[in-house]
Amino acid sequence: MTAITVEQLRFGYTDKPIVDIETFRLEQGQSVAAIGPSGCGKTSFLHLLAGLLRPDSGEIALLGQSLAALSDTELDRFRGGNLGIVLQQFRLLRGLSVIDNLRLAGKLSRCTIAPERYQHLLKRLDIAAVADHKPSELSQGQAQRAAIARALVHKPSIVMADEPTSALDDRNAQEVIELLNSAVTDEGAALLVVTHDQRIRGTLDTDFDLGAIA
Amino acid sequence: MSWLRLALANLRLSPLTSAVNVLLMALGTASIVLLLLVGTQLSDTMSKNARGVDLVLGAQGSPVQLVLATVYHADAAPGNIALADARPWMEDRRVDQAIPMSLGDSYTGFRIVGTLPEFADLYAANLADGRWWSDSLEAVIGAAVADATGLGVGDTFESAHGLVEGGHQHADEDYRITGVLERTGTVADRLILTSLESIWAVHGSGHQNHEHEEKHDDDHQDHDEHDHDDDDRHDGEHADDHDDHDEHDHDEEHADNHEDHDGHEHDEHDHDKEHADEHDENHAKHDDDHEDHDGHDHGDDGEHDDEHAADHDDHDAQHADDHEDHDGHDHGDDDEHASGDAAYDINTLRYDEEVTAVLLTFRSPTAAVSLPRQINAGGSVLAASPVTEVTRLLGLIGVGLDGLRTFAWLLIISAGLSIFAALYGSLRSRRGDIAMLRCLGATRSEVLVALLLEGLLLTALGVVLGFLAGHVTVELLGAWLESARGVSFTGVIWLSAETWLLLSLLIVGIIAALVPAVQAYRTDVAKTLAEAP
Repeated sequence: MTAITVEQLRFGYTDKPIVDIETFRLEQGQSVAAIGPSGCGKTSFLHLLAGLLRPDSGEIALLGQSLAALSDTELDRFRGGNLGIVLQQFRLLRGLSVIDNLRLAGKLSRCTIAPERYQHLLKRLDIAAVADHKPSELSQGQAQRAAIARALVHKPSIVMADEPTSALDDRNAQEVIELLNSAVTDEGAALLVVTHDQRIRGTLDTDFDLGAIA
Repeated sequence: MSWLRLALANLRLSPLTSAVNVLLMALGTASIVLLLLVGTQLSDTMSKNARGVDLVLGAQGSPVQLVLATVYHADAAPGNIALADARPWMEDRRVDQAIPMSLGDSYTGFRIVGTLPEFADLYAANLADGRWWSDSLEAVIGAAVADATGLGVGDTFESAHGLVEGGHQHADEDYRITGVLERTGTVADRLILTSLESIWAVHGSGHQNHEHEEKHDDDHQDHDEHDHDDDDRHDGEHADDHDDHDEHDHDEEHADNHEDHDGHEHDEHDHDKEHADEHDENHAKHDDDHEDHDGHDHGDDGEHDDEHAADHDDHDAQHADDHEDHDGHDHGDDDEHASGDAAYDINTLRYDEEVTAVLLTFRSPTAAVSLPRQINAGGSVLAASPVTEVTRLLGLIGVGLDGLRTFAWLLIISAGLSIFAALYGSLRSRRGDIAMLRCLGATRSEVLVALLLEGLLLTALGVVLGFLAGHVTVELLGAWLESARGVSFTGVIWLSAETWLLLSLLIVGIIAALVPAVQAYRTDVAKTLAEAP
């Protein structure tokens, strides 16, 4: 099944579009790195695909579902149930422990999550020891792993990551990309990474150059 | 993971701010609850204590003082009135019941009330133990008096002059307790009830009156024994007897009647059974009796003697201090008292004495319109309506309570504003979290509810603490006032108004959280994620 289909996508805050994509496809189980320089509309592209922004024109379909056909609420629920999103700042909720952050994601996905699933992910991402820690008590790496675990908790069909390596050195950047890729593909999901980090180029199944389009 | 847990987790992010907000809300709530409980119970207690008393007759002065002194026993009485001055109003056809009472003495701060046993009916006070008094210097004590003093049936105590502790002791005038009242939650719990004669006896006039009463009884005995066979002699002796009768403390009207009685011609009377019936009638009817008397035939003197003697025996028995008849009653363990007993017929009262007040109950509410005005126009006694005076008093207290209530609501509004400020402030720093929630699949409505829940939670915590604090404070206040002032308040009570207060306060919390919640609802997720650190 095609995870993401984009046709003649246009979006901008002014008359000049910052996102202008004729066509983009990502198959289930595949990974792609959408690479472009700062200001080229990478984050807007991710937000459009996640349904956080509505395009000026064009068509986006996730898992065969046209996003334009969904209301805001339906879109929120679709996103919660089918997408996993990893943000650059991780944005773990500060008041909750790592395990509770995962549980909250499970609740909002409206999927039935077995308790073992949380433990499996915590072990898989090597953060079981800090499961009860608050985000403020985690190292940068632990926080990033917790954010990845949270994105995978409900076994989403598509995982989207925004600049996951921008603040990391080469070794850690490599580790994060490998971890993200293996975790996502182990789950059989599609992975889209948007980044300006040229070190990512060639590390995933395909690269998609956003800079040339913008 | 529930929304409630998330809300709690978010509140714990700013523990100090949350604690201050909860405390502010708790303070405001406790103040309102305290005022509500105290105000309501004060009003209820005053109404409960005034139940059954439509009008108080007392000495000229302040009507509020009169009502406070005689109905609530919370003030000194303005003075005494002659019972004779009150008598016309006690016998008024619009009056259903008239209960005289005398104050002035106390025992360890508990007031001694000289009155009739019917006084207890005003407070629905039944005997828990013992019997009603049947003789002078016998007393029935309220439940709180029994608890505080440890006194019980059979014990004796020495009264003191004045209504507070420290007055001079009435030595050699020990009261004996014959009964203890059930707890009523009224002022009756803190009273020591006794006969009017006991008060008069303790204060001196009673000694004289006792003599009068004894003399009175003797007179009647003489009267019974005189020879009516000789009509002339009968007239003379009858006249003498009644002249003697006039000397003692019978009311003047009674005395006049007897004088009239003496003056009429018994030769023409049939002074037998009809005469007997007349004496069975109350003293107030003597005028009428004697009009009938004029037509009497005293021919059958022997019969007259028997009947007349029996009449006076009855008369004596009815006299306040002659309790032979009364003593014959079974006052054992039951709750019945002497209400309705002929021995306490108001017509047998000694109207030459003084009392502090007379408590009147009307036959119909219409009497409340005319009777007080008529009494006060007379000028000899003051008529004060407990309802009117209490309403006036509560009106004055109400002004103070309203002021405090306004202050308490200001506290609550301040708490609401503080919650608003806290949520609004935290929202600014949590915009990224809100956006993340949306990324994870939360709808706008869910985010709105999550924020409202935070406001509601802060408010609810404060409100619960406030209600607890308010109720505990009133309970402690009640315990203190009960022992110190005899005023009964309880915190173990839930008023229907509190339910409305609870809902109102929760609405305050929701309103306080509404603006931040709507802001959260409107969060532009993409923009926030792009901007927020």
